[in-house]
Amino acid sequence: MRIKEVYIDNSATTRPYPEVISEMSRVMDEEYGNPSSLHRRGSEGERILNTSRQVLADILGVKNNEVIFTSGGTESNNLAILGIARRNRRRGNHLVTTAIEHSSVLQAFNQLEKEGFEVTYLVPEKNGVIDPQKAVEALTSRTILVSIMHVNNEIGSIQPISRISKMLKAKNPAVIFHVDAVQSFTKFSLSPQQQGIDLLSMSAHKFHGPKGVGTLYIKDGIHLEPLNWGGGHEKGLRPGTENTPGIAGMALAAKISTADRRENMEKMNSLKEKLISSILTEHPWAQLNGPLEEEGAPHIFNISFPGLKGEIILHALEEYFIYVSTGSSCHSSAKEPSHVLRALGLNEEATEGAIRFSLSHLNTEEEMDYAASKINSVIAELANFHKITT
Amino acid sequence: MKRIYLDHGATTPMKEDVLEAMLPYLKEIHGNPSSVHSFGREARKALDEAREKVATALGASPEEIIFTSGGSESDNLAIQGVSNALYTKGKHIITSSIEHHAVMDTVNYLGQICFDITFLPVDEFGMVNPDELASEIRDDTILVSIMTANNEIGTIQPIEEIGNICREKGVYFHTDAVQAIGHMPFNLKEQPVDMLSLSAHKFYGPKGIGVLYKRKGIKIRQIFFGGSQEIKLRPGTENLPGIVGLGRAIELAAEDIEEKREGLILLRDRLISKLLEIDSVKLNGHPVKRLPGNVNVSILYVEGESLLLGLDIKGVAVSSGSACTSGSLDPSHVLMAIGLDHQTAHGSLRLTLGRDNTIEDIDYTVDVVKEIVEKLRKMSPVYKK
Repeated sequence: MRIKEVYIDNSATTRPYPEVISEMSRVMDEEYGNPSSLHRRGSEGERILNTSRQVLADILGVKNNEVIFTSGGTESNNLAILGIARRNRRRGNHLVTTAIEHSSVLQAFNQLEKEGFEVTYLVPEKNGVIDPQKAVEALTSRTILVSIMHVNNEIGSIQPISRISKMLKAKNPAVIFHVDAVQSFTKFSLSPQQQGIDLLSMSAHKFHGPKGVGTLYIKDGIHLEPLNWGGGHEKGLRPGTENTPGIAGMALAAKISTADRRENMEKMNSLKEKLISSILTEHPWAQLNGPLEEEGAPHIFNISFPGLKGEIILHALEEYFIYVSTGSSCHSSAKEPSHVLRALGLNEEATEGAIRFSLSHLNTEEEMDYAASKINSVIAELANFHKITT
Repeated sequence: MKRIYLDHGATTPMKEDVLEAMLPYLKEIHGNPSSVHSFGREARKALDEAREKVATALGASPEEIIFTSGGSESDNLAIQGVSNALYTKGKHIITSSIEHHAVMDTVNYLGQICFDITFLPVDEFGMVNPDELASEIRDDTILVSIMTANNEIGTIQPIEEIGNICREKGVYFHTDAVQAIGHMPFNLKEQPVDMLSLSAHKFYGPKGIGVLYKRKGIKIRQIFFGGSQEIKLRPGTENLPGIVGLGRAIELAAEDIEEKREGLILLRDRLISKLLEIDSVKLNGHPVKRLPGNVNVSILYVEGESLLLGLDIKGVAVSSGSACTSGSLDPSHVLMAIGLDHQTAHGSLRLTLGRDNTIEDIDYTVDVVKEIVEKLRKMSPVYKK
């Protein structure tokens, strides 16, 4: 089989499933009503909202009134963090997060610092995992919110969110726990009730759904201040005519992605194993960043080629239609070194020579064979050119 | 059964052309515009092109176009954006008493957190008086937000005059043009508007995507934080298919805009005059300065909602107020502001026409309205002919 391209930048965005595109087209074409309208066109729109909400609630094992729709992961994270902090300010002004969160989380916390909150940024261990004990130690009686991502978007480290939540709530039962699950939803099994999660963010375009739509799970009884004001949609937390085609597409993508969750995970794991072992065998001087191979998520890993520049590797691979990234795409044009790799204590050479690989279950073995052989030759060539002693 | 859609003010059916324009960006060109590789670059190119189209349609520059998730977010970004950026300069904001909820609820929120809000009254037609606005502007006024055209009664405000007053006094002027864009020509090169909100699904584009136009040099602060997308004012991976759809829709709307406008006005005026033939019916809003597709009438001795449901059974989709508040039992704040009493307000019906409507649709609708009104009034204890 001839390989046309290998897209292994699925943490930046994914290709929507064909079924998702057809469903969205159908809704745009036939069921275009505004869900708030009282006539039949409106009821069609409302039905789409209700069924989609139910699909997502069922996947999470929560009530449908605990699921609200947003414009994506960034909005979900901002609504959760700014909304909780501003609304619960009277209870305290201390917040806890980690140094390796997505920029939409970190920037929201930066904003809260400007509003007078005090924020503790937990530093992960060398493997990119937060020690739950450190999270607990950071808690004070004035802590109102802890926000910790599930799977890191750059290195694939998995945070022990259930354990963290359990330990946090044992010390301070009133603390609210938010999880950015943008990279893990549909891949890992998530159950907010069992895992002690009060709010959970996700974004459709990371699991083969459309861009511009996301979800925030908010546990019953948790109150937050909206970011935007208006028509009372989504329990008054998120105004604006609902993006019904996007919402229908998101629900279908979640359904398809979770239907064969275990098989998908196993497949990605074996693809990851193949790619890592091929690269590290050929180039033992390269280093896997963050979690050990068996500790990390099956779909995201990060390798440094010290002495080389990530961006040069990226463009060289592009010549062979292999698409990777040098870090988070929300940062990659900012030319700053990755805050995640720096938090792991990597030196400048390793940070600059880092490549993020992110897989989908739609990638194939053949693609990995092709990618591995091209990556290996590109790296060998560049290393030779830059006279790196390997 | 005939199905006639007369609720274009709530949302519009998407044009096939628009869907076709979007499909490649759902299928092949699915990249993240921030990615450095060619998938990302292709996506970035489409993003730039769509921005260019919107700028051209509005007479703006591309760097003045910020994509948002829709009209409500655009309104919030403008108003909260200014209040966040200029609160040290002043805390007074002026708006009208007939704004959409996205504006009204936002200024009400600001009112609770120590801003001072003036709600300008409107006359019986729903018009703001520019002289009154001028007299309300103070040294600490930082923003005037007045909609271009009302979503319920269709009244078009003298935004040029309003904008000039604001400019003279050195106050930012924002207009919610969600109902107007696509239905009347705009040229922001000449119009004294600093910020303008629009929403694609009101002009045959997709839902979930909108624009805030922000004139160069106008200072606002963002509402959400994260990546540096949209000149750092609106983070998050761009909804590229939606943005491309919006670009195409605004381009199509500009084609023969005058012709389409005149066609709609003919239909609108036919509908108005036929509805006014019914006993005890009154037109809400301005007779001439109104959106080309907007009809709003109060039909006395009838519940607007019963009429709406009756029409729905006959295949005609209309609204009893703005879609965002229908379902609530409070009478519309817009109808209250133009001086209607509760009972008259409750008997109101909004019919908003669009490009597919025909004379036959109008005549059929009028027949059905007549039939239902007669039936409902027969049951009414208060109605006497």
